Amino acid sequence: MEMFVMQLINGLSIGSIYALVALGYTMVYGIVKLINFAHGDVIMVGAYIIFLLVMYTGMHFVPAVLIAMAGCALLGVLMEKIAYKPLRNASRLSALITAIGVSLFLQNLFMTIFSPAPRPFPTIGLQGSVRIFGNATVSNLAIVTIVVSLVMMGLLQIFVKMTKMGKAMRAVSEDAGAASLMGINVNTTIAITFAVGSALAAVGSFLFASTFPQVQPFMGLDMGLKAFVAAVLGGIGVIPGAMLGGLLLGIIEVMTRAFIPGGTQWSDAVVFSLLIIILLLKPSGLMGKSVGEKV
Amino acid sequence: MKLNIALILVLFGVLTLLMEIGILNNFHRGLLVLVCINVILAVSLNLSAGFLGQLVLGHAAFMAVGAYTSAILSSRLGISGLGGFVFVLLAGGFAAALAGIVIGVPALRLRGDYVAIVTLGFGLIVQSILLNLGITGGADGLLGIPRLANFNVAFFTMVIVVGMLVALVRSRHGRAMIAIREDEIAAEASGVPTTWYKILGFTIAAFFAGIAGGLFAHRMSVLVPETFSFVYSIELLVIVVLGGMGSFTGAVVAAVVLTLLPELLREFGDFRMLTYSVLLVAMMIFRPKGLMGSYEFSIMQIVSKIKKKG
Repeated sequence: MEMFVMQLINGLSIGSIYALVALGYTMVYGIVKLINFAHGDVIMVGAYIIFLLVMYTGMHFVPAVLIAMAGCALLGVLMEKIAYKPLRNASRLSALITAIGVSLFLQNLFMTIFSPAPRPFPTIGLQGSVRIFGNATVSNLAIVTIVVSLVMMGLLQIFVKMTKMGKAMRAVSEDAGAASLMGINVNTTIAITFAVGSALAAVGSFLFASTFPQVQPFMGLDMGLKAFVAAVLGGIGVIPGAMLGGLLLGIIEVMTRAFIPGGTQWSDAVVFSLLIIILLLKPSGLMGKSVGEKV
Repeated sequence: MKLNIALILVLFGVLTLLMEIGILNNFHRGLLVLVCINVILAVSLNLSAGFLGQLVLGHAAFMAVGAYTSAILSSRLGISGLGGFVFVLLAGGFAAALAGIVIGVPALRLRGDYVAIVTLGFGLIVQSILLNLGITGGADGLLGIPRLANFNVAFFTMVIVVGMLVALVRSRHGRAMIAIREDEIAAEASGVPTTWYKILGFTIAAFFAGIAGGLFAHRMSVLVPETFSFVYSIELLVIVVLGGMGSFTGAVVAAVVLTLLPELLREFGDFRMLTYSVLLVAMMIFRPKGLMGSYEFSIMQIVSKIKKKG
């Protein structure tokens, strides 16, 4: 029982990171119908920014994370302007290949600059743990991760539901043509969506790199894929779906590792088999609604 | 047709002669086998990515299924002759095709983007299985596979595969696949069973990837899971994109050039993936149909082209 609760909270902690990253996928997909393969690498860039600021300028974590958020937002906008915008009316295949190209570019650029060797990520002074009941303990880091993620998700919900820009985002994802006729600047809205998604990824990168304390150029690949599975699990394009999918995926992954013999080696296989099973049974995801294709 | 066969035989004869008189040494010979294998992989990926319009990111994983299946069979059964080799190659191909059906059925019922993710996930599942299963030798690799794949076998397998795929694409079924790439909804409305053709094309591509894997296993005689990583799948995709999605000529030429270039220019190796990534983005923005587009040379021109490069 104690073991189960501890693992459940660990799962929630990992899952909330997945959820933060999955939000970026799902927002971008909702608005431009593109799987942004490079989103995982935005996490990697964010982690490197924090790593460099903290290690070499001795900056505190909070401003470093804020700078990383701004940096990643800028990266997201640049990516959209340079690589995706020229292809907005091209075939989906071209857009997908471009996204893979951008992802590979970021990975290999950072590998050339920083070498493929993993670097230790500085610890943030949250090594202790809290006892909840009996012998069940939870690390401070896990609690901070869950709280920070929930706060960010709450802020995002407020942004999307309450602000004018959020309304514009919802309108563009519903029907970009009609939105532009109503006087919404579609290009700005898309750029803001990339910026917000990437800024969330920067927070995710901080939490991720603190939980698994190292940074390396290919860290975004695995993380990005899992976050994408989370987005599909919840229903891609649906913001609450990404949150639910992320949390569920985290719990499933941690539980596989903890309670299935030999589960550690197989947890990746379990995660991706899950993806295939969802696509077989309910392709629109847990919270998605299936929409027929129109000509 | 007779002319084509004659030209292929002349090309084969010239290459064999060059080997006999020692202009092409053992290193070149090994490289040529690798070229043949990459050509098979590129043309088969071109079927699913170029003609069918489905983005497959796990082609190397299908190759891995074929490679390990045929390698395990031939070392367990003690295969030595050509007949046995053909048998294990086909077995590897069928294993890969089976994997293609298992992956393709859920993925291809949906719209295009999911195929990319599912095949990418499939690649990771295959890696994790190869690393953890006892029979595959895990991270240490599978050793002692008989070296049955020489240049002659690889060359003629390549010729047969390319011939079969060209015939397929020119047939009624090929036209149905191209119709799906151009407009899936319109194809469906015209009575093309889109899901059936997508799964068919995908499975055939996986089958030939498995054959290429079998050749690779019996050339290298050692298999390690890392060979069949995501990076290899991407390299194959770069070949297809660069050569022209929907042009076999383009795929063949790009496969030959991109296999030989990194070997001949060693310094280029460090920046290979960085260059490829920039190439991918630039190609999509400026020339999305690839260098060749869907243009096919006549066999006469291909031969003279390869001769110039060889």
